[in-house]
Amino acid sequence: MLFRYRGGEGMLAWAFHRISGVAIWTFLLLHVLDIWLAGVNPDAYDEVLKIYGSPVGRVGEMLLGAALLYHALNGLRIIVIDFWPALTRFHRAMWYACWVIFVVVGVPGAYLILKPIWNG
Amino acid sequence: MSGPRRIITRAGSGRPQTGGWELAVWYLMRLTGLGLFVTALAHFSITHFLFDPAEQTAGWILDERWGSLAWRTVDWLMLGFVVFHSFMGMRTVVGDYTRGGVRVALTMGLYLGAFVLFALGTIAVASLPFPVD
Repeated sequence: MLFRYRGGEGMLAWAFHRISGVAIWTFLLLHVLDIWLAGVNPDAYDEVLKIYGSPVGRVGEMLLGAALLYHALNGLRIIVIDFWPALTRFHRAMWYACWVIFVVVGVPGAYLILKPIWNG
Repeated sequence: MSGPRRIITRAGSGRPQTGGWELAVWYLMRLTGLGLFVTALAHFSITHFLFDPAEQTAGWILDERWGSLAWRTVDWLMLGFVVFHSFMGMRTVVGDYTRGGVRVALTMGLYLGAFVLFALGTIAVASLPFPVD
């Protein structure tokens, strides 16, 4: 259904870019605060760290990594299109290329992040 | 190529034609984006692939992660990139979905939030003591 909307891949690329961007921004607020905590109250920071190391935390980090990787790859695609407008013809192909890299890099990455859940 | 076709075939916003501050922001979004492509992806790789999140205690940050001035400088640079890029990105989102007084209030809130977060991050990276060796 999403693919048949007038905007097609370009609209999806934009929507995912926006959603992943807002998600990363939300994590950034948390992340700067927790690193600030490492300085002012190391013991409290180490407590927060237990959440990052927990199964729920790891699933969250995998999702964060996915958002980061998509945003980075599609962001590069935006820059290419912005500075070489002639390449706009290939914007769909570049979007699919983003997804190929996303899967090739993301699947092993997700495995590494999640592995301690079942390896203990 | 200009007009509607350009609008539906790109994910980014068009280059501002007015110049000045908005044009500077447009370029800086792309520049900080490139900077983050390197620093943020490297940061995520270090904290998730080279090391496991579970071992990164406050003591580890002091001894290993921020044990050198070079790493602190890189991370502080990344902080500058990410605060500008993410808060200016949120400004675009706010601009798209709100208008009038709400837009002004939320935009001012974002500028204030960016300043506070940059200050907190700078305090963290600059004030943590180095290990004694």
